[in-house]
Amino acid sequence: MTRIVSTTTGLYPLPDTAKDELSDLKGNQKEDLIGPDLDDETEAVYDGVRADLIETQADAGLDQVVEGQARWDDMLAHPLAVHEAVETRGIVRYYDNNNFYREPVVTDELTADGDVAAELEDAATQVDEGLQAVLPGPYSLADLGTDEHYGDSAEYLAAVAEFLAGEAGAFPDVETLFLLDPSLVENPPRAGYDEGEGEDAFSDAIEGEAVTDAIDTLAGAVDAEVVVYPYWGALDEKTHAHVLDADVDALGYDLVSEPDDNVYNVQEYGTTDDVALGLVDGQNTLVESPETVRERIDWFGESTPSEEYGTVYAVPNTELFYLPENKFEAKLETLANAAHLEVTA
Amino acid sequence: MTRDQFRPPEHDNEHFLLTTVVGSYPKPKWLHRARDMWNDDENSFDDDDFEEAKDDASRLITKEHERAGLDVVVDGEMRRNEMVEYFAHRIDGCEFNGPVKVWGHNYFDKPSVVDEVEYDEEWLISEYEFTAAVADRPVKVPITGPYTLANWSFNEAYETDEELAYELAELVNEEIEGLVEAGARYIQIDEPALATTPDDHAIVGECLERITADVPDDVRLCLHVCYGDYSRIYPEILDFPVDEFDIELCNKDYEQLDVFLDPEFTKDLAVGVVDAHVGEVESVEEIESNIRKALEIVPPEQLTISPDCGLKLLPREVAYGKMENLVQAARNVEADLDAGEISAGQSQAVADD
Repeated sequence: MTRIVSTTTGLYPLPDTAKDELSDLKGNQKEDLIGPDLDDETEAVYDGVRADLIETQADAGLDQVVEGQARWDDMLAHPLAVHEAVETRGIVRYYDNNNFYREPVVTDELTADGDVAAELEDAATQVDEGLQAVLPGPYSLADLGTDEHYGDSAEYLAAVAEFLAGEAGAFPDVETLFLLDPSLVENPPRAGYDEGEGEDAFSDAIEGEAVTDAIDTLAGAVDAEVVVYPYWGALDEKTHAHVLDADVDALGYDLVSEPDDNVYNVQEYGTTDDVALGLVDGQNTLVESPETVRERIDWFGESTPSEEYGTVYAVPNTELFYLPENKFEAKLETLANAAHLEVTA
Repeated sequence: MTRDQFRPPEHDNEHFLLTTVVGSYPKPKWLHRARDMWNDDENSFDDDDFEEAKDDASRLITKEHERAGLDVVVDGEMRRNEMVEYFAHRIDGCEFNGPVKVWGHNYFDKPSVVDEVEYDEEWLISEYEFTAAVADRPVKVPITGPYTLANWSFNEAYETDEELAYELAELVNEEIEGLVEAGARYIQIDEPALATTPDDHAIVGECLERITADVPDDVRLCLHVCYGDYSRIYPEILDFPVDEFDIELCNKDYEQLDVFLDPEFTKDLAVGVVDAHVGEVESVEEIESNIRKALEIVPPEQLTISPDCGLKLLPREVAYGKMENLVQAARNVEADLDAGEISAGQSQAVADD
């Protein structure tokens, strides 16, 4: 019997009141965005936001609770963007979205700085069970940044993985760790592949095995269920195989953007015992019903009859900061209700 | 050529680098306060009061652009709150749920398209008429393009974003017809979303065909794009039915300049020579150097000088300083061209390599 666990990918929208408050406190130019040191007043606002977002998840009835990542001005690039060994430069586009982040350029050796761990420490005091950590996958974080220190893409990726592992090693007890890895879809490793080479210096230089190793480095640092969640499409077959080679508990499939290609990957190559399924659209205000979400889970199961799933993590297909506050909350409720829906069939 | 009509009669230099801006400009603080008062139900500041405030701001900022010396001016979009939201409020079928993040602490009220879109009230015709009446210089009208309107809305109603974009193109076409009838001769279609989803350039091209089909030849049409990987849309965009492309290149220090060298850039080019996201005013010398870089792409008779993007997020004095220095730098480069100190044909030489 498959267990459905409702949870999210994190990176929540700020509550509307905090949007105004933080904009007034911090300003809205690129030099005003978050850095290693914040004044007490700003920190206090973020602490309040964290508490609000945890409460929102509890009210919705989600099985797992994330910290919300409200401080992540630079989205998934955040862990690098606030690091002392990193310079932030011009604002650059965040994947193919109308969103931007400061380009983090690694100029010195990366060492764990405890930034994400500190957020989780505070969250842990407010969550009794089901705390879930969220980090960018090492490949995505390295892809979002630029290396001017290591000089070799593979070495840089390994260093980013070590840095994240150090960060994760300092986490309080968490039940699950979600690694968000959209770059595995958007800009997959290409070294040694015939197709697509020449598009990007980083991905051209990375072999699939290096991605496996990077995920293993990070997965080995925590005593938690580790979920790798790629999105905005499906992994190519080789990348899918390399991620499955890593020691992870669950791999994710974005059933909103590319249901058929994702199902194909599982049909052809199998998958992990547990899976994460992107079931509600993180980038559209149309709110799905819990029944629709359940149908999507059922469809995935029926389409991959040779697999038996222990746990299905029911998640939005992307991060959630794209949504206005009211629809964001409605989507959390949809996921929670879908997991708890009485199955009548 | 659509460009000669914008050369001021008193222009001294033989060469003419058309100077203009992309559109938005910081609003005077009192206009924000006026909006707050107008939004406050307890306050007696009514619709007429707010209209008067916007008229005053439009007049003030149009004149501020003229004072900076620009050849073609706008009113800084004083009546518009945002580049998608403003239009969506005037389109039947759109609704709003609250602000969403663009970057850092910059948000916009992203509309949700929940029903078929229909043309309702006019969008920009009265804005143009007012600005043209107060301006002594020609006025450009920036209008958000249908692809961006579609792409930066939540699409709940149409099967695909492409279908929504074509429906919106019909509405933009209706508005542009009205603008041309009102006398507008320089219209800039803003399609920043093209940079986010560059593979869709054919959809943008099809939208532009629908928009521009009946526009008379003497109307200058410009397409503005920014903050993207231009190699993914060039040279395909050269087939678009517009006279000019306005492109951001300064923010990343002309890293992508090479993209436009081969094949030869056959349209007019408006190049960003000041950064819209950096709070310091670039020096005249620095801007001159940026203009010279742009001359590697097109000869002076195809070159327009402009900021990277709308200046609205900058402090007003910084925005003004950038415009003033931009104009001065353009005039200095014109003088250098007149004196033969810069080779006007250098772009051709590069393109032929």
